[in-house]
Amino acid sequence: MRVETRRGTPAEVRAALFFLAPGLFVIVVFFFLPIAASFLLSATDFDLYALADPSNARVTGVSNYRALLSDPVFLTALKNTLVFVLLGSPLTVLVALSAALLVNARLARAKGFFRTTFFAPVVTTLVAVAVVFRYVYHPRFGLLNRGLTLIGLPAVDWLGDPRFSLLAIVLLAIWKNFGFSTILFVAGLQGIPESLYEAARLDGAGRWQQFRRITLPLLAPTMLLVGLTRTIDYFQLFAEPYVMTSGGPLNSTLTMSLLMYKEGFRFWNMGRGAAIAFVLFAVILVATVIQFRVQKGGET
Amino acid sequence: MRRGVKRWAAPLGVNALLVLGAALTMAPLVWMVSASVMPTGEASSFPPGFIPSRITFEHYRDLFQRLSLGRAFGSSLLLASSVTFCSVILNSMAGYAFAKLRFPGRDRLFRVLLLGMVIPVQIAMLPLFLLMRSLGLVNTYLGVILPSAAGIFGIFLVRQFARSIPDELLDAARVDGASEWLIYRRLVLPLLKPVLVTLGVFMFLGTWNDFLWPLVVLTDDTKYTLPVALANLVGEHAQDTELMMAGSVLTVLPVLLLFLAMQRAYIEGITAGGLKE
Amino acid sequence: MRVEVQQIPWTAAHEKLLTAFVGESLPDVAQIGNTWLPEFQTLGALEDLGPRVARSSVIAAKSYFPGIWDTNLVEGVLCGVPWYVDTRVLFYRKDLLKAAGVDAPPRTWAEWRDALRRLRARAGPGRWAILLPTDEWAQPVILGLQNGASLLTADGGDAAFRSPAFREAATFYVDLFREGFAPPVANTQISNLYQQFAAGDFAMYITGPWNLGEFRRRLPASLKDSWATAPLPSAAGGVPGVHGVPGVSLAGGSSLVLFRTSKRSEDAWKLIEFLSEPAQQVRFYALAGDLPARRDAWLDPILSGDAEARAFEAQLENVAAAPRIPEWEQIAQKIAEHLEPAIRGVVTVDTALLALDKDVSGLLTKRRWVLARKAAHAR
Repeated sequence: MRVETRRGTPAEVRAALFFLAPGLFVIVVFFFLPIAASFLLSATDFDLYALADPSNARVTGVSNYRALLSDPVFLTALKNTLVFVLLGSPLTVLVALSAALLVNARLARAKGFFRTTFFAPVVTTLVAVAVVFRYVYHPRFGLLNRGLTLIGLPAVDWLGDPRFSLLAIVLLAIWKNFGFSTILFVAGLQGIPESLYEAARLDGAGRWQQFRRITLPLLAPTMLLVGLTRTIDYFQLFAEPYVMTSGGPLNSTLTMSLLMYKEGFRFWNMGRGAAIAFVLFAVILVATVIQFRVQKGGET
Repeated sequence: MRRGVKRWAAPLGVNALLVLGAALTMAPLVWMVSASVMPTGEASSFPPGFIPSRITFEHYRDLFQRLSLGRAFGSSLLLASSVTFCSVILNSMAGYAFAKLRFPGRDRLFRVLLLGMVIPVQIAMLPLFLLMRSLGLVNTYLGVILPSAAGIFGIFLVRQFARSIPDELLDAARVDGASEWLIYRRLVLPLLKPVLVTLGVFMFLGTWNDFLWPLVVLTDDTKYTLPVALANLVGEHAQDTELMMAGSVLTVLPVLLLFLAMQRAYIEGITAGGLKE
Repeated sequence: MRVEVQQIPWTAAHEKLLTAFVGESLPDVAQIGNTWLPEFQTLGALEDLGPRVARSSVIAAKSYFPGIWDTNLVEGVLCGVPWYVDTRVLFYRKDLLKAAGVDAPPRTWAEWRDALRRLRARAGPGRWAILLPTDEWAQPVILGLQNGASLLTADGGDAAFRSPAFREAATFYVDLFREGFAPPVANTQISNLYQQFAAGDFAMYITGPWNLGEFRRRLPASLKDSWATAPLPSAAGGVPGVHGVPGVSLAGGSSLVLFRTSKRSEDAWKLIEFLSEPAQQVRFYALAGDLPARRDAWLDPILSGDAEARAFEAQLENVAAAPRIPEWEQIAQKIAEHLEPAIRGVVTVDTALLALDKDVSGLLTKRRWVLARKAAHAR
């Protein structure tokens, strides 16, 4: 960030205030204020009874949080969310990086076309896509099982079998999201000077060595950015399970966001719902810090 | 001989993999379009086919005439355009101020804002709903538009781009006696155009595709957006595969076309915004 | 009078209506599941329909199945008018029962067990006498109600699953699995219910009216005359063998309600009266297959001539409501969750019920506090 070199004139400060006010007003009123309120809400037992009569709400301190930690349904949601992120993020990055390397390869033709194609799922409407995938995953009539049986693999009841349902949602998420990371990787790859590779080739480095010694290290900032956005995004997984499985079967696709929605808007346990949201925030924060640490560790 | 093989094997391999990847990526979308014009029942027959035996548009007619998805289309268009318009204005103003105007505590304030980017929006949702209730904005379009009218990411994107505007240019205008508003309107906005196009497309896509908030705020089905209306259809018409696919095409196609039209600017804006700093 | 109709899929209706309540944009009239009535009543969203019904020439309690009417009374207030009904009966394979030497569907728990034993003896490996999906709470709750268990304490403030009556019912239920009459599987592990019923994988199944249409549509034509429906058997305390007095089943379905916020409540009430006319109820059955809540609607030949539907009519004479408190939906889920390990033999019935009681009691903490507060205010 740039160091402030010169103080603004009073006119400039007034102008800044004028330019910032509307945007900041919206962000403070509709984002930061509700977050603060949510934090307070999470320390109460605000629920259906309180909705009927506000005097039925009590301050309960951390008891919402304590109750969550011993609630098997919440722990299931936490586990599912973690599994989804730990499976989905690396796989998405892997697919995205492979696609980027292919698109960026000197031998590739029609680079623009492929880049656009890979990006197309990103802009599609998630709900519509989830509806489409419900049919793609159909045990009998679905495309996926058709493909599997063609190459001699057994058909799977993707969304109905609790062993596969989360995996099915991971696959959808990869399909939907890898294109975004791909274009970031492509931009990152294009930023690597060709001269480095030439020098390495002169030193007799093979393809794999060029990749290990040049591509990966120089791609590290992009990698961090991609990893962070994927992780933060995937932790908030909601619409896919909402539309495809509503958290079932046997809570196998119940995520923290979905549980928060159910507690909050289905049973109106708003205090509890807010507590879930903050646990989610804490988890995301921890994951972000870990990624920064790992990245730093890798660099030194 | 070996060199000859190598000369065509490598390009073939790379491009074959690309084609395979593209095919896998497009398959669900192609099937969606294809199934949407199949006669009723054909998409759920065994074995599942890709090509309709005959093309029919009855499901689209159904969507518009019987299920009034045209109305949802209108809602989506209205909301996405309004949010795009508001957010381009508000974010460009704030982003420009953060980049180019000097005022005390600027960088600290910006850093606080950036912290907010890590907070999942779901946290704000429950109290935001109660706030909307007390403002009387539940079940209104304004209730959807206002929370997205400005955003941290948008401000960030604009600021990153606006920093490249030379200070001398602005100072020269000031010396000429131009007001700050005039400088913004006549000088800064045109210079920001590339990033505003990206931001506009981004916001339009985001609002069009958004699901959770409109689902919560819009209680009346005459106001539903396309994704909400579509999710609504799943409940009643899940077995009508072809109809659902037609609904999905209707939802996805406009944003896909918008993306294709604007892709160069959009992708460049994203990579630029994402990679700086 | 012009009526604007809004369709909401069943899965989202509950959330949408609660959100609409909070956002003060409720419709005038709604059709809501009768298990949701306590929530909306707690919120004070529903008009007390008692006075209107007292004046009405169309709607009177005696025209309805008593158990169904009862579900609309929450703490003594009539907060809805039953529209269509839902309850569970026994679907069974006539041919398989006959082959096993069972001439009629069972009328008591004793007869039921005997029939299951015979069916089990004839069924090969991988086949079962009855299907009771372990993730459904309705079956154990029905058995409890049949045995006279109250499930919760009288004011609905605490759990009572360890009462002797429920304990006996739960043991009966769990034993159906442990003795190998029913497979310990959840709905999600059943890939195609209709195919499996047709293949004779199980001979009995307890389910509701929505499956009447599905069975007719999906079972092969050759099986058309091989299945039937019957009211549920009764526990030892019931009156065995008397026609028309089956064991209790759950009173479900949906009701028409009038929201307090309605500015056109007179017109809205007229609409409710119109929809409640026997002729409209019959029309609705013909269109959607939902069973009418009025006894007189069942006189129509479309229903009285339908043998499979008649079992529902007999059953509806003896149905009871689940506890009418806002927390019921969450409690019901817990019942299935806690009995599952007992079914698998991981824990004993007593351990499972202890855990269930504890869990449900926790869920009801707030309710107890609110009740106590109300009582203190009253004093």
